Amino acid sequence: MLVKRRTREAASTGRLSQMASGMAAKPLDRRSFLRASGLTVGGLAALTTVGAGMTRRVEAAGFTDMSQPIEVKKNMCTHCSVGCSVIAEVQNGVWVGQEPAYGSPINRGTHCAKGASVRELVHGDRRIKYPMKKVGGEWQRISWDQALDEIAEKMGEIRANSGADSVYLLGSAKFSNEGAYLFRKFAAFWGTNNVDHQARICHSTTVAGVANTWGYGAQTNSYNDIRNAKTVIFMGSNAAEAHPVSLQHILEGKETQRANVIVLDPRFTRTAAHATEYVRFRPGTDIAVINGMLYHIFENGWEDTEYIAQRVYGMDQVREVVKDYTPDVVEDITGVDGETLKRVAEQFAKERPSTFIWCMGGTQHTVGTANVRAYNILLLATGNVGGEGNGANIFRGHCNVQGATDFGLDVGNLPCYYGLGAGAWRHWSRVWDVPYEYFVSRFDAVPAKGGRDARTPEQNMEIPGITSTRWFDAVTIDADEIDQQDNIKAMIVFGHGGNTVPRMQDAQRGMNALDLLVVADPHPTTFAALHSRTDNTYLLPICTQFECSGSRTASNRSIQWGEKIVDPIFESDNDYAVIHALSERLGFADEMFKNYEMVQGKFGMEPTPESILREINRGGWSTGYTGQSPERLKAHMANQEHFDLVTLRAKPDAPAEVQGDYYGLPWPCWGTPELRHPGTHILYNTNLHPMEGGGAFRPRFGLERDGETLLAEGSWPQGSEIQDGYPEFTYALLEELGWDGDLTEQERSVIEAIGGDNMGGVSWSIDLSGGIQRVALEHGCVPFGNGKARAIAWNLPDPIPVHREPIYSSRPDLVAAYPTNEDRRQQRMPNIGKSVQQDVVERNVASDFPIILTSGRLVEYEGGGEETRSNPWLAELKQDMFVEINPEDARARGIVDGGWVWVTGPEGGSRARVKALVTERVNRGLAFMPFHFAGWFQGEDQRGNYPAGTDPIVLGESVNVITTYGYDPVTGMHEGKVTLCQIAAA
Amino acid sequence: MARMKFLCDADRCIECQACVTACKNEHEVPWGINRRRVVTINDGLPGERSVSMACMHCTDAPCAAVCPVACFYTTDDGVVLHNKDTCIGCGYCSYACPFGAPQYPQTANFGTRGKMDKCTYCSGGPEPDMSQAEYVKYGANRLAEGKLPLCAEMCSTKALLAGDGDIIADIYRERVVTRGYGSGAWGWRTAYGDTVTV
Repeated sequence: MLVKRRTREAASTGRLSQMASGMAAKPLDRRSFLRASGLTVGGLAALTTVGAGMTRRVEAAGFTDMSQPIEVKKNMCTHCSVGCSVIAEVQNGVWVGQEPAYGSPINRGTHCAKGASVRELVHGDRRIKYPMKKVGGEWQRISWDQALDEIAEKMGEIRANSGADSVYLLGSAKFSNEGAYLFRKFAAFWGTNNVDHQARICHSTTVAGVANTWGYGAQTNSYNDIRNAKTVIFMGSNAAEAHPVSLQHILEGKETQRANVIVLDPRFTRTAAHATEYVRFRPGTDIAVINGMLYHIFENGWEDTEYIAQRVYGMDQVREVVKDYTPDVVEDITGVDGETLKRVAEQFAKERPSTFIWCMGGTQHTVGTANVRAYNILLLATGNVGGEGNGANIFRGHCNVQGATDFGLDVGNLPCYYGLGAGAWRHWSRVWDVPYEYFVSRFDAVPAKGGRDARTPEQNMEIPGITSTRWFDAVTIDADEIDQQDNIKAMIVFGHGGNTVPRMQDAQRGMNALDLLVVADPHPTTFAALHSRTDNTYLLPICTQFECSGSRTASNRSIQWGEKIVDPIFESDNDYAVIHALSERLGFADEMFKNYEMVQGKFGMEPTPESILREINRGGWSTGYTGQSPERLKAHMANQEHFDLVTLRAKPDAPAEVQGDYYGLPWPCWGTPELRHPGTHILYNTNLHPMEGGGAFRPRFGLERDGETLLAEGSWPQGSEIQDGYPEFTYALLEELGWDGDLTEQERSVIEAIGGDNMGGVSWSIDLSGGIQRVALEHGCVPFGNGKARAIAWNLPDPIPVHREPIYSSRPDLVAAYPTNEDRRQQRMPNIGKSVQQDVVERNVASDFPIILTSGRLVEYEGGGEETRSNPWLAELKQDMFVEINPEDARARGIVDGGWVWVTGPEGGSRARVKALVTERVNRGLAFMPFHFAGWFQGEDQRGNYPAGTDPIVLGESVNVITTYGYDPVTGMHEGKVTLCQIAAA
Repeated sequence: MARMKFLCDADRCIECQACVTACKNEHEVPWGINRRRVVTINDGLPGERSVSMACMHCTDAPCAAVCPVACFYTTDDGVVLHNKDTCIGCGYCSYACPFGAPQYPQTANFGTRGKMDKCTYCSGGPEPDMSQAEYVKYGANRLAEGKLPLCAEMCSTKALLAGDGDIIADIYRERVVTRGYGSGAWGWRTAYGDTVTV
């Protein structure tokens, strides 16, 4: 018995650090912890911070002294995009208690495991405590000044030798809106478009697909609005784990509406466990599934013909394409039988309103953009966009990934989707009050090479940068192959994990080859631990959003203002201050920060987020980021309880300052704050007046195509004085309509100053006075026009989505008929997907690697996971990296539940040692691994690579060691959801 | 007099573990002690259901019946609490408890398991209400502050209900009627089969 018990103990704690096992079993005071652990004091040095943490717990950091005053602060959870409010009780500068935020219409007091544990983030036992650098392979403590001086100097050297484009600026979906905007502005002042963030790897294909269909790249409705739906489809979304609080709305909606909840997913997820129907299909075959549904819809006349005639362009051609997707063909490709698809299609088309929800299961593919387009076409065919209870409910990932996307942390955009054209640069130059020529002077000229033409700086600033999925290729690739002056030499990484894109062996090589690596983050991340760098590697402690103020945009476009709860802990500081300090050393701080109110921060001057938001309000016309002044946002947070749970609209008894508004002024919130536009709860909704949040599809692809109009026919928002489709508003259009007289003198003079001798060309999106928007709205018109959504997007590789096999296909016999897209160059890099696919088929990789590998989220962890795996309240719940494998596959390989296995991948002899979870959640031939783990690399424990005391409690192999080549031809999104692997008992 | 109850609506529970970390957060419960946990049945199979479990604060609690030092007591609200100063860590209560509620800080083979720890329904222990001494031994006393247990207050889908038994029974009954199909309560089908609805 004794032996057995000891064995079991060893097995259950073996994966944890000594520290954590100490935590597990020992009494709570430090002295007996020391004694019991049997360690000498010297041996304990590395564990000091943890010891301190234990002591603090004995002294009860969470104790609230009721006799002392309690400050109550409101902020939002920093994990997913649902945007749950967090209420903090603070005593003597310590966050002592977390209370339910019942007032918030989004979460009504609730949280998931991550949200209910956020207070731990500012205990921060495992946080980076002070700036550090690597010297001869050892981490050394340094001062902020030394760190920033050295980083700026090295950036300057790289700029001089290789050009500005050789510094890659990787930003974060964890920034506040103001931080994201500032970081994008920083890239503009530095002179590069090599600036990106996590949206690249979560919903870049969504943004591209959706914006190319009906105008804007965002969730059309809201989590709350799903309460109105009668049919809900989840495809490639496991919201029960990834967005748990959204299930509050969905499950209540399911109960009150008796709604159909249908989950289409290769894996029987926890969301599927609560569905009314679950449909399993082969990973990577979404388009065939959707086209198969459309086949039944058109065959049976279930489409919404009136809606299509009024608001959709090109559906007839779709009808022709989907004729090829007969039930037999679809079943062969996807594994789903025709009757099932017919049933699902009928419910979706007839039991309306219907909403379609997708996440990374749809987006992270070589056909990601085409997948999104297919979902959109299904919604359009059934008339399910632009009303209550329907729509494309795209659940974004991180807490501010929508905002960071909006503010152009993206290789192809300036803030608010203005693109990179000269017009966009000139617009922002005006807003920033900096000459356009200044930015031209900051960009590199690119020499002619590899058969490509040379570029002037002015041309270079209009060329999209390298995507974050390819940065390591851009470090190591032959310089002739990269379409900029030189390779990437430096990575400046703010708030971004290093284990969330495939091919980590190559990422490791890339890290090793860099001249400079800077990680600015609350935690060291994989970027600080995966490599074998010895020098020129810096760690800057950045605080969380709980330690500074600012706004963040939830998935439904609602913008919420977060209040600083406590001061930045240890020596950490906020993004605003660090970006300012670095800009100062690079010599452009005065110009870049001149519009802001500067205040004394922790270590120096920093801009107030309020003043940054005011600048955003002055420039964000194209996306309607202009009405959300700091005052309005703060009033919303203070009056949360006055907003309706379903419509999100402030009730009649609400205070005047928020009355009639939609919660969080979801963008577009047109005009100036004084116009009091209420925000837009549901996009493209013609049932409302545009001043009440109504809208239409955005015509941004011309006015006609092949002789057919692209403007709406017989459909307009309520109250419109133009009762038909119309193009975007310009000064010229106002003149034509005779509405230019409605402009005030002041508005007219601003338009005149912008337009110069082409005043007529000034549009609603660059008119800094807001006059054009105001006048259009007064006449019941949407500033961006009233157009048709596109069922055909002629500018994309597949104008109408067609099935294409994954690069590492488990059905090589289908590759000839459904090959991936042709090799191409995109975002300054070659994409050789087609060549790789051919090679995979020729080498018959599928026979050696017979199991499809897919990846996804766990509820306890988020993203790369360093932050959540460092939180003991979460880490205790999932202590091992694992692979889900079907019982039959396990039996055939002699694998037992809980046993160690090697998962091997088809590229570079990759392998990962993980535990097996034998379950029918995955079917035969499919394996699943979560993507939150790092710190083990191909069997090697890398705990020692982290600076002492900052190693996450739980480490594990990363799934992206195994995942393989494959990039979406439009956005460079990686293929994170389909590859092949083999699994063997270890 | 109100009688405090927990009820977990298995039709709503999505195993998000918010109740578990909310409990850790509120009481700073150390690693290795779980006053609340989520149990999943038929994991990965059709019919998968989860239910959040903690001390159920039984009427005539079996833990109290077997305790050799009589450290348990039931409050006026119907909450079962214990006195850690009296507890000898014998572990009898853990054998008696049908829900696996009692937790022990040590797992050594010989010697004591340490003082038993369990869910207090966020209502502390015998020390003065909301005192530091009470917090260190039992965690926060939310009932004394006029609040309910944080696990239920923070439950993501409002599956876990806490409060006066009569009130939560009404809330639950209303849900069942709205749904129009059977009961989401775990054990319903075991008890009544599939033939009985609502």
